[in-house]
Amino acid sequence: MSDQTLDDVHLSPSARMLSAAKRLGMSVLPFVVVIALWQFASLFFPRFLFPSLIDVFWRCLDIFSSGVLFADVLATVLRILAGLAGAFVIGGALALLMARSPAIDKFLSPILTLFQGIPALSWVVFAIIWFHGVEFRIFFIMVMTTLPAFAFQVLGALRAMSKDLMEMVFSFRPTRMKLFRVMIAPAILPDILTAWKVNLGNASRVVVVAELVGATGGVGYQLLQQQQLFDMAGALAWTLQLVFFVLIVQSALTLIENVAFRYRAVSERAI
Amino acid sequence: MSATINAAAPAIHLGDVSKVFGKEGTKGGYRAVDRINLDVRSGEMLAILGKTGCGKSTIFNMIAGLTEPTSGDVRVSGRNPFSDFDSFRGKIAIVFQNDRLLPWRTAIQNVELGLEMLDTPVAERRATAQLWLTKLGLAGHENDYPHALSGGMRERVSIARAFATNASILLCDEPFSALDEMTANRLRAEFVKLVKENGKTAVFITHNIGEALEIGDRIVVLKRPAKIAYDVSFTTATGSEERELIRGRIGEVLAI
Repeated sequence: MSDQTLDDVHLSPSARMLSAAKRLGMSVLPFVVVIALWQFASLFFPRFLFPSLIDVFWRCLDIFSSGVLFADVLATVLRILAGLAGAFVIGGALALLMARSPAIDKFLSPILTLFQGIPALSWVVFAIIWFHGVEFRIFFIMVMTTLPAFAFQVLGALRAMSKDLMEMVFSFRPTRMKLFRVMIAPAILPDILTAWKVNLGNASRVVVVAELVGATGGVGYQLLQQQQLFDMAGALAWTLQLVFFVLIVQSALTLIENVAFRYRAVSERAI
Repeated sequence: MSATINAAAPAIHLGDVSKVFGKEGTKGGYRAVDRINLDVRSGEMLAILGKTGCGKSTIFNMIAGLTEPTSGDVRVSGRNPFSDFDSFRGKIAIVFQNDRLLPWRTAIQNVELGLEMLDTPVAERRATAQLWLTKLGLAGHENDYPHALSGGMRERVSIARAFATNASILLCDEPFSALDEMTANRLRAEFVKLVKENGKTAVFITHNIGEALEIGDRIVVLKRPAKIAYDVSFTTATGSEERELIRGRIGEVLAI
């Protein structure tokens, strides 16, 4: 377990279990407090303001069990992943070009910075004006809003690579492909995973805006329906679908980090 | 590109080689190497000695093909190591000043690195890496990551990595300078033994007179900007009295 402290190694099995339970309790506690406060509020406020979380739970179950509704969740998830993948591939390629050539860097950096300053909602409007297809519009919005962050994060990682290690690998005369596999990819992987984590949160927010305006399906579209019906339980249930998705992907990324970065030394003293 | 070695040519040849960083005469520009001429015979163990900043590492990088000379001719086995960079794959191995192990690779994976570049089959490269780790006293540490190894052990891994490719030319840039004296002495002795046993041509950069005398068949002393101030060859038969004279002469040259 990644959170296991060095002290745990010397504890008896029962003490270790107690320590693990304590850690689990501490991480669950904030959620329990929020849930309890909401449920408490639901006793005193109208249903359309603070619905009971039991209602929300049943609505979530409805979404999971209904093929039609769950298809909306899957559509949103696929839109997020496709947008992020597109932005990562294009942003990564731009970063490689910028790292190789100062001229390209000088040319592209201001453009990417300019893109970064454009609000997500503006991209939504541009996409609606420029394109017809709903899916392409959403893909375009997702790519444009996350591309600069991916490009700058990968560029930063490429520039931060150790010159000493690079020279060492060069001394063996690697092909470009081997240089990428043995040196560049492992060196920039930590920053790439961080970039995915950061952009995942941004993308899940942007996709809802994009679907809200231009789509006929997906979590954003369903949220719009709940707003028109003044159905807070429904709005919460659909929001939670996105939250679950983000949590699942974040956990998967953390798992990858734990496996991929097991080579890192762990200091006994925390920051 | 053919990878054959020209046996008639010296293993390493530097003809009138200069290296200027930046623009000479301007702020930040300086001449690191000044019209140096140097030939290293095949199988020779050359120690290049000089004070910090005298251009030793620049010469090293030019022989390794990592830096291009501003003027003059650098040849390794008759070819230009900078422009014919890829043709030296597996022909030159380097031991750097610090171990430069890839932190995401275990000890054995680090030793395998050069063999991977040569497309050596997995089983063969694993066996070769294992053999060199064992030779250098690291059996049992194959799967340790660099952070779990001591400085001396990491340096051994980097030596194993250099020897594993069986390159005919070995370049070493003060590989033991960061180690304590006892560990450095032990590793140095092992290193000389391995170079001799395997018939390598070795260029060893150092700023330590004792180390140069212990390692070299020949010592070249450099003065800033890298110019040869003293060039002396000796053998194992060279007596301790004569070695002391050489030591004294080197000291005088460096003091000037």
